[in-house]
Amino acid sequence: MKPILFIMLLVISINSHAVDSRQLSDPKQQESYETLTKELRCLVCQNQTIADSNAELASDLRRQVYEMLQQGKSEQDIIGYMTDRYGEFVLYKPAFAGKTSLLWIAPVLFLFMGLMTVFFVIRRKRATAQFNVDTLDITPEKQKKIRSLLEKGELS
Amino acid sequence: MLKYIIPLLLFIILAVFLGLGLNLKPNDIPSPFINKPAPEFSAPKLNAPEQKLTPADLKGQVWLFNVWASWCVSCRAEHPILNQFAKQYAVVIIGLNYKDEPEDAKTWLKTLGNPYNVSIMDQEGRIGIDYGVYGVPETFVIDKKGLIRYKHTGPVSAEDVQKIFLPLIAKLEAES
Repeated sequence: MKPILFIMLLVISINSHAVDSRQLSDPKQQESYETLTKELRCLVCQNQTIADSNAELASDLRRQVYEMLQQGKSEQDIIGYMTDRYGEFVLYKPAFAGKTSLLWIAPVLFLFMGLMTVFFVIRRKRATAQFNVDTLDITPEKQKKIRSLLEKGELS
Repeated sequence: MLKYIIPLLLFIILAVFLGLGLNLKPNDIPSPFINKPAPEFSAPKLNAPEQKLTPADLKGQVWLFNVWASWCVSCRAEHPILNQFAKQYAVVIIGLNYKDEPEDAKTWLKTLGNPYNVSIMDQEGRIGIDYGVYGVPETFVIDKKGLIRYKHTGPVSAEDVQKIFLPLIAKLEAES
């Protein structure tokens, strides 16, 4: 039991966020702070948000977000400030534009291709399943036997 | 026949994408600064903190802005290249001493040599954020009008100096 508990604790620790004691007095601003830090990428670690990362740059960026909110800047202002400096890449949710359109369209496209494949496979399976006893290249006796067997099968 | 062509095509497409993926550098994030004015700052000089440097002081000349720190391992690899670069060619290199202790930084320059015309201090990393710095070392090339024309992420190699920096500087020097 003990090792299992230990592993469970490890999993919890993986999910924990970076230590951050900043608190804004305005609850709305605090909410903005939390959304923004979860939407901005930590550029050194690349697959973490700045809320998740303890890297120096992530903590500097959190400070920047915090200070800008204190100055009364809107979420839009802050996202603009970050993309002006670090490019679209800093956003976990990139805006829909020429360069990033493939990112947005590709999943839908792949889903569509998958559905098309499934559709064609099913259709082909159906076509081969419906065979006609009369056209089979076997003796008439055997055709009769198959028919009677099939009829029995339907009755039972 | 189609049965064999489709998997083959799929395989080729996959192979092409994987091949391209091998050559991608996920650490090279395109800079949104190219052809934009270098962000303003007014920062104390490392060797004379009472004096400040601003980009306006450098208008009219082509300069390199190199982000470095004494704690940065790749900077140590890059340093001899910059020393050589500064010694051989008439190039203005301004250092941004990023998130460093001034004493450590001074010792570093004393022991390893100083390729910088001036180094300025950014202990809190604020200038770094303004320049979109995410990995030290980084090097910006700024033209006579104060526009950023090129950004290099990671250590500058001797090959980069010959193939990228020298031709670019020559081109920018020729601009009025």
